[in-house]
Amino acid sequence: MLQKKSTEILVGLFVALGIGALFMLAMKVSNLADFSDERGYQVTAQFQNTGGLKVRSPVTMAGVRVGRVAAIELDPITYNAKVTINMHPQFDNIPADTSASIFTAGLLGEQYISLDAGADDFYLQDGDELMLTQSALVLEQVIGQFLYSVAEGN
Amino acid sequence: MIGFIRSLGRWGLGTLERLGRGHIFLMHTLAGLPGLFLRPALVIQQLFSLGVLSVLIVLISGLFVGMVLGLQGYNTLVDFGAEESLGVLVSLSLVRELGPVVTALLFAGRAGSALTAEVGLMKSTEQLSGMEMMAVDPVRRVIAPRFLAGFISMPLLAAMFSAIGVIGAFIVGHGLLGVDEGAFWSQMQTKTDWYGDVMNGVIKSIVFGFVVTWIALYEGYDATPTSEGVGRATTRTVVHSAFAILGLDFVLTALMFGDI
Repeated sequence: MLQKKSTEILVGLFVALGIGALFMLAMKVSNLADFSDERGYQVTAQFQNTGGLKVRSPVTMAGVRVGRVAAIELDPITYNAKVTINMHPQFDNIPADTSASIFTAGLLGEQYISLDAGADDFYLQDGDELMLTQSALVLEQVIGQFLYSVAEGN
Repeated sequence: MIGFIRSLGRWGLGTLERLGRGHIFLMHTLAGLPGLFLRPALVIQQLFSLGVLSVLIVLISGLFVGMVLGLQGYNTLVDFGAEESLGVLVSLSLVRELGPVVTALLFAGRAGSALTAEVGLMKSTEQLSGMEMMAVDPVRRVIAPRFLAGFISMPLLAAMFSAIGVIGAFIVGHGLLGVDEGAFWSQMQTKTDWYGDVMNGVIKSIVFGFVVTWIALYEGYDATPTSEGVGRATTRTVVHSAFAILGLDFVLTALMFGDI
């Protein structure tokens, strides 16, 4: 009887250890802990070119993450990319004339949206559109323009 | 010439027959699973011998695999000035591939061979026929609890392997090589997806647990009832399990991570 009891205790510990390991993988290793900030308000922005921006890319303001990219689709009328941003609900006092730019983290890093606060008295609401945007930098275009300007200078 | 064709035919028929018996055996085992809810003590006993006794080897191997990944990854990444990405490299390779696959190989060697030897010896000492004589179904009484226990243990062991591997890589990366602690964890968390990476690894480990336990039990149940037969069956368990794990790993990876 005693031996059966200790077997049961060890099996209980084994199952608890396994579930604990899964829990550690969930919270410490993967991004499951981030999922709680899904609800917030959504704003859209139109870009001429989104470059390598992806769904779930970070949206930052002064380097602080304030939201994530929720969707990227092509606007059928303007032929621009329409990016939907999920803003974290705690940042609800961002001026309505804030501008959005797509930057690259580091030289070859991933791309993210950076917001620059405007000076408007009105705050961004759910469904608003950011009017001032700056597209992603495409390296080939930059090189092309540089070569063109060099040729002009000669 | 005729003799060669004949032996080829005998081999083909024999393989088909074994495959068929294996599947009938699996059906019997699955049919015996519901009855286990009435006698959970049988499963707990097997969880002890399959799961608890495998914890130590899985934890130690996981720790060392993680530490080696940390060292090797650091030496490669530092050339590109990307040593902060060590966490991503380690977590993705462990969670997606090494965790499930290496754990399944260890499980086949540690628990699968023991299962085959145990069941094969039961058969050769006619304990299984003895049970049948007493109107006890050996598949329900002996095979089904072992199958369920193996099926439950594998994902838990694989999760432990991945978790301790990440810790091992952290010890080497942060403690020994001086990778920044915050960058290690934060890059890992942004790049490792719960559904896309961790859950797919768990699905892999569940499939491997199913296949390894099935092969081990069937080889034992189907063994030639001599000491030589049990020995051969044990060897076959390890070899066939390794083939099945590595082959299925490619198929599952192609299905889950590749855009095929």
